[in-house]
Amino acid sequence: MSGARLVVGPFNRVEGDLEVTLDLADGHVAAARVNSTLYRGFERMLEGRDPRDALTITPRICGICSISQSAAAARALGSAMGLQPTPDGAAMAALIHAVENVADHLTHFHLFFMPDFARPDYAGRAWHTRAIARFTALEGSAMRGAITARAELLHVMGLLAGKWPHTLAIQPGGVTRAPGLREKLRLQATLRAFRRWLEDSLFGGSLEEFSAMPDSHALMRWGRGEVGLFLEIAADLGLASLGKGAGRYMSFGAYPIETGPIFARGLWDGSPGPLQTAAITEDLSHAWMLGPTTHPAQGRTEPDEDMRDTAYSWCKAPRLGGQPVEVGAIARQVVDGHPLARSLAQEGGVLARVAGRLLEIARTQEVMERLVAGITPGARFMAQGVMPRDGTGEGLVEAARGALGHWLRIESGKIAGYQIIAPTTWNFSPRDAAGVPGPLETALVGVPAEDGATLAVQHVVRSFDPCMVCTVH
Amino acid sequence: MTTMLWLQTSGCGGCTMSLLCAENPGLPDLLADAGIRLLWHPALSVETGAEARSLLERIERGETHLDILCVEGAIARGPKGTGRYQMLSGTGRSLMDWVASLAPLATHVVAVGSCAAFGGVTAAGGNPSDAVGLQYDGTHPGGLLPAGWRAKGGLPVINVAGCPTHPGWVTETLMMLAAGEVLPLDGYQRPRFYADHLVHHGCPKNEFYEYKASARELSQMGCMMENLGCIGTQAVGDCNTRPWNGEGSCTKGGYPCINCTAPEFEDPRHAFTETPKIAGIPVGLPTDMPKAWFMALASLSKAATPDRLGRNAVADHIVVPPTLRKPK
Repeated sequence: MSGARLVVGPFNRVEGDLEVTLDLADGHVAAARVNSTLYRGFERMLEGRDPRDALTITPRICGICSISQSAAAARALGSAMGLQPTPDGAAMAALIHAVENVADHLTHFHLFFMPDFARPDYAGRAWHTRAIARFTALEGSAMRGAITARAELLHVMGLLAGKWPHTLAIQPGGVTRAPGLREKLRLQATLRAFRRWLEDSLFGGSLEEFSAMPDSHALMRWGRGEVGLFLEIAADLGLASLGKGAGRYMSFGAYPIETGPIFARGLWDGSPGPLQTAAITEDLSHAWMLGPTTHPAQGRTEPDEDMRDTAYSWCKAPRLGGQPVEVGAIARQVVDGHPLARSLAQEGGVLARVAGRLLEIARTQEVMERLVAGITPGARFMAQGVMPRDGTGEGLVEAARGALGHWLRIESGKIAGYQIIAPTTWNFSPRDAAGVPGPLETALVGVPAEDGATLAVQHVVRSFDPCMVCTVH
Repeated sequence: MTTMLWLQTSGCGGCTMSLLCAENPGLPDLLADAGIRLLWHPALSVETGAEARSLLERIERGETHLDILCVEGAIARGPKGTGRYQMLSGTGRSLMDWVASLAPLATHVVAVGSCAAFGGVTAAGGNPSDAVGLQYDGTHPGGLLPAGWRAKGGLPVINVAGCPTHPGWVTETLMMLAAGEVLPLDGYQRPRFYADHLVHHGCPKNEFYEYKASARELSQMGCMMENLGCIGTQAVGDCNTRPWNGEGSCTKGGYPCINCTAPEFEDPRHAFTETPKIAGIPVGLPTDMPKAWFMALASLSKAATPDRLGRNAVADHIVVPPTLRKPK
């Protein structure tokens, strides 16, 4: 089927609303347009409010990245206040944030990504009966086990953050709940149980052994646990070269503690480079938004109520130095310099994105254990500060899905401007004024879609783990 | 077998994320054991694109029986009344249109979360997307569906309000409906099994409350009613007697209850974490408390605050333990 157009939607097992329009030629995707179909207007809701209200409102942008939004808002307010969290408060905020990111990676792998391999389309493949038993939606044994393990891991939230999602525990000066010795030991018990599940079920082996692998050749020989099943499928279906990105990765640096971010900040474009966030702009040429291209500190959110024909998404198009960048776990691990991640990035397709997340689960378990071991009962977990009547702030964090930024302007004690660029705003950006497509739109070009079959397209889209409610917000 | 369809309208998806925290048993087993068959859920089901469209069309044509319709999120009516701020992708139709079409076909309609119930945070701050709840616009009866509307089963929209909802509130509502039990609702159509309780019940700060030993800053242990915006004495919910995520709740986490089960909680007209005061006196009374008595008791109990409570109230951990008494 040559020259056909295919609209894929509702596109489920992604967080939120997504529509993908594909131009097909000779059984492959010739061009893709990504439409974020939900606009709520959070940036407008914040205008005129007390700046502290951002800590209540912005987490509710997203039920899956809620802590990430909290952390970015707390950092943005802190930067306006000239306030740093206490070292122990920063460590607890990092722990809470790491737990959410790991829980999100689990949700993605077991609930969103793997069920596609249990589809009848793959009947006859050597691994298919195992995929059915373990990953059939809402029934598979691995999926059900992961839901239980995730719920138990999130007991960390009950203890430190009151509840999940939507907590007010993370504040500019630290956290509202000071853990004592009892809490420390309870957290250790929860994390030990979680490690046991990871090593017994998901990885089928030691996390340290997994994260010590030097390259993708070693990875493909892992052969154990649910990870082994995924790698077997990936090798059979050629997922390494499916949906390749442009290889330009950005990370704002994850989990800032006293000594700096635990996973490094930076840019990777085949080699490491410095990250100049002043070079970030948002282009509105193909978004149903009105206004010029600007840095988010000067940005506005003015929806085009007429939804002009030359635009096709509510999502703005963020660019770094005029170029799109890919963000997420693989970007974070590449920027941090992990050899396995850098090896995977040489192809940068579906395998790299999913394996990047698995690598990060293994590495983050060690991070969480270290943060809990460092809890000192009686330490100061929160510093107090004063909100200025006028000021600006920037909060840059790493959500599960990648770089998240909040830019805030305070005038006469109220929020005068608030702009947010979420990870999927970067990854699922529409075209810019120069016609340059966003990272997903680029990754979809050339993907097989014979006779309108969209399974390969779905693998590519879900490999990014999009969060559409964050994207437009 | 009870059939259930779940749609995510204009919201954050957090009530589904919270629902996945259901324990003993986990969500898939709980639904299966209650005899609930999930026809489709945007985050959990396998069907995408054309498969999902044909499934929705079969329900709309009445070919697939629908017992329970769950809607998570507010209904976006903008821009200009078109509903195009949220299109159901691939269908060329708004979610507003889909929900209006499917609601009359279901035996029961459940609004999951405060957005679906009342508009919630999606309708905050001037309501940029002109969002409403299924059967309420904030505190006003009538939303997407009119005030007198009833589902085929005879009930109005069941408002499982909360931001997010507790997984137990949702699963127990669904189990009651699937079992054919009577589900009593309160004045805002919330299930009474959790809405007849106050967040204050079982709050770990109760003793501080009794003596008006107040926290001045977040992270301090004292009662948060006087200074930090806590309205747990007015908010419905069994949050402190039914723990969240193991052993949590907002007040156990050291931050105030913001009354997220109530309509219009999103716009309190003051900062969420600061109690509004008139001439130094906090505004707002505990539910069912006569004002004069509250003022009298508060000033009396404040004068009687034990030293232990006064000091612990402004610390972030217990600095003065209770005095030991010998048994008689």
